[in-house]
Amino acid sequence: MDMDSGGAVALSTTSSTGSRKVGDRGGVSDQFPAGLRVLVVDDDPTCLMILEKMLRNCLYEVTTCSRAAAALSMLRKRRDGFDIVLSDVYMPDMDGFKLLEHIGLEMDLPVIMMSADDGKDVVMKGITHGACDYLIKPVRIEAIKNIWQHVVRKRRNELKEIEHSGSVEDSDRQRRISDDGDYASSAIEGSWRNPKRRKDEKDEEDEIEDREDSSTMKKPRVVWSVELHQQFVTAVNQLSLDKAVPKKILELMSVPGLTRENVASHLQKYRLYLRRLSGPSQHQGGPPNASFMGTAEEPFGSIGSFDGLDLQALAVSGQLPPHNLTTVQAGIGRTASNTGMGTSLSHQINMFNSNVQIANSSKIRCEQELNNKPMNLLHGLPTSIEPKQLAHFNRPVHPFGNMGRQVGEGNLGFLNSSSSIPLVSTGSSTHGDVRHCPRSSPLMMQMSQQRTQPAISQPQMQMQLDASMQQLRGQLLNEMVGGRVSGLPLPISQQMLSNEIAGQVLGRNGAVMNGRGIASSGGASINSPSYVAVSQAPSVDFPIRNGTELLASGFSTAATAGLPSMALTGMFQEATTVTGSLEGLNNPTIAKGSSYHLFNELRSSKTQDWELQNISHAYNLNRHMNSTRTNTDFGSSVLGHQGLGGIQKNGQNRYECAGGKGMDAPSGQDENGNLEMIMRGQNNLAVDNSFRVKAECGPNMRCENMLLTDQFIQDDLMSVLFKQQEGVGLVETDFNLDTYPVDNIQV
Amino acid sequence: MASAEITQLRRQAAYIKKSLFEQGYLDGQFLQLEELQDDTNPNFVEEVVTLFFKDSAKFIANIEAAVEKTPLDFKKLDAYMHKFKGSSSSIGALRVKNECTLFREYCQQGNGEGCLKTFQQIKKEHATLRKKLETYFQLLRQAGPYETATSSH
Repeated sequence: MDMDSGGAVALSTTSSTGSRKVGDRGGVSDQFPAGLRVLVVDDDPTCLMILEKMLRNCLYEVTTCSRAAAALSMLRKRRDGFDIVLSDVYMPDMDGFKLLEHIGLEMDLPVIMMSADDGKDVVMKGITHGACDYLIKPVRIEAIKNIWQHVVRKRRNELKEIEHSGSVEDSDRQRRISDDGDYASSAIEGSWRNPKRRKDEKDEEDEIEDREDSSTMKKPRVVWSVELHQQFVTAVNQLSLDKAVPKKILELMSVPGLTRENVASHLQKYRLYLRRLSGPSQHQGGPPNASFMGTAEEPFGSIGSFDGLDLQALAVSGQLPPHNLTTVQAGIGRTASNTGMGTSLSHQINMFNSNVQIANSSKIRCEQELNNKPMNLLHGLPTSIEPKQLAHFNRPVHPFGNMGRQVGEGNLGFLNSSSSIPLVSTGSSTHGDVRHCPRSSPLMMQMSQQRTQPAISQPQMQMQLDASMQQLRGQLLNEMVGGRVSGLPLPISQQMLSNEIAGQVLGRNGAVMNGRGIASSGGASINSPSYVAVSQAPSVDFPIRNGTELLASGFSTAATAGLPSMALTGMFQEATTVTGSLEGLNNPTIAKGSSYHLFNELRSSKTQDWELQNISHAYNLNRHMNSTRTNTDFGSSVLGHQGLGGIQKNGQNRYECAGGKGMDAPSGQDENGNLEMIMRGQNNLAVDNSFRVKAECGPNMRCENMLLTDQFIQDDLMSVLFKQQEGVGLVETDFNLDTYPVDNIQV
Repeated sequence: MASAEITQLRRQAAYIKKSLFEQGYLDGQFLQLEELQDDTNPNFVEEVVTLFFKDSAKFIANIEAAVEKTPLDFKKLDAYMHKFKGSSSSIGALRVKNECTLFREYCQQGNGEGCLKTFQQIKKEHATLRKKLETYFQLLRQAGPYETATSSH
């Protein structure tokens, strides 16, 4: 790994560099939390040594870093390589809080801050920046022993968020939604419940599948591609946000096959996203648009260089805000760039695109590592997406890094949620294409996850994207460029693609992307050939890993969630647990290549169940998966898996996942079955988001459907995701659907 | 080495350690380190302590340079000391840690004289601790690992 810093970076041998030990362990949950992959960042060598020893004694896998920049790059390279990060507050090269933000945005990993400073304000700062815990130095081993709880908690939260996405978010939003129609209200209230009902048609078959999966919604999802989203935003702006009701938006958009429910759920997410934007540090409304779809433009261009990144690029292209690109370009490998992303990204990312962006950025960074297959894939994509996206990107492309700051949670969140949103095609959508969302979902998921965390996610996303990109690339490009993903509408495909990419990337890297990166689903439907990953992902992978990020992030994730999660899951699997989440499960399952889509779906639903239940399992799985895939293949496999989600078609799955290289995923091959398989193992992790983004799953795909529309009525994507999972019917079991505040995303 | 000698060495080491605790040079954190030591890292504590003293020498040098500048850059000094405090506390160097806290308080008050005075104290405590621990570990090394303690050679 390249350590940027010259500081003493000790890579513990135990830390798995790519090969997951979990696999060795057989992915057994009983070993949990042993094997938890911890990254420790502290510039004090004495403390670092002590912490390392403590962690080792707890049977964790430790990687040490004495420089924050090195840590970030390591995280980005191995998106899925870590489950939790311990970081000191005061570091010479980068403020610990900044690092915290980065990680939160890009990788959505739980981060524990440490410091000898026990002043209340500092501790408070840690909390507000999203640390899941704050340890006072000197750290005692008892405190170290317990850190695994944060990983579990985060995953659970993420899943919950998905389920409850939107439900808790805004009461007024709900009100609005109700105005929109019964759909909304039902969506809001029992959205997670409703979907199930609504999915009658698919329920039977799904249920059976779902059972295994438990959180997948089988309805086809709508993939909110960049174009679609732009149309949506245009319509909303025409109506003025306050007056924007799904019905009118739908009319204005006049997109055939789009239902009011799709729009409603997407709107919910969008509102959530806006809220987030205005919340943390941004102004209301305005920027969101820009960022919302903004990402799309840049990514395409710049992404070019990464392989895995491609995926992201793709994802991004549609979805990533310009700054992603910037980051991507700039960043490649540098944290600094990521930082840049932060600000602008935040905005954008939050939006669906963010996912993409993040993916991009991460991808870009990943590029270095990944084979740089470049962006061709993306390039292709942008073409189709760019123009539209550009329209919305008014925001300057800021380096990702800023994002962290601003976005904090909001933006990224949105992005994350957006992932689910794209998926919105609640199943019913006739967009056949959308079904392939899964792919995008992952991305979206990733994106979403990333969203909350500043900048950092970019590289990570990129990485993940890369992975997925590679695979997707081949496919997506073809599809996307053509404007029509095989079977997937371009937007969707884009999304999917992004998702996938994201997913993949995530998966690949350990998916930090979980929520974040993939979120990009919004724009780039990374449709890898059949993935409509976007839609499906949500539940899947993402959540697990990124856990909550995805969910939290919300929008993008949600949109993509459907896909991304799936995608991600797939990806994750390969990548080994995105974002280091234990969720690792998500990744592992990423069925190799085969039906990514399917995977997503499965994942979503499954994830939820699994997640909770199998956190450890997932953990292991991821690890396991990671080892299996760890590389580029992952990307492809992820894609493949993604395809699983919906597209399951075996043939399709192949997609193109990057040339199907890695796609070995036989597991994913069978149309829904594969995905399930994959998901199963991994889903748990990934799915936790249970983004049930309702992506339209192709007929083959068992789109878990993230019935976005149904469920996503709630603003929060996450909740949508959750709902979706629920929709699947399975989800509920695991995740308590109790209303979970959407914004619960870890700050 | 005869086991009697070994026992003697160990006893001496134990005595040093006990007095360090009693006099407040070390605190419970040091015990934590000892607990971490195991077969895979039989000299863990010594390694950590050695690393600490090597690193802290740099800290002290930095602070030394900083206090000689006038006017005193309290912010910088505070930052240095914060780090040093964290480091010291991680090995259980209680006295040193307490002095660091005091130093930081003076920094926050802008009390240059207090800072200087405290810094001298820090150096003193640091040096004393270092010396004692060096002796301590030396005795332990001489005594050899526990496994061989009983074997007479």
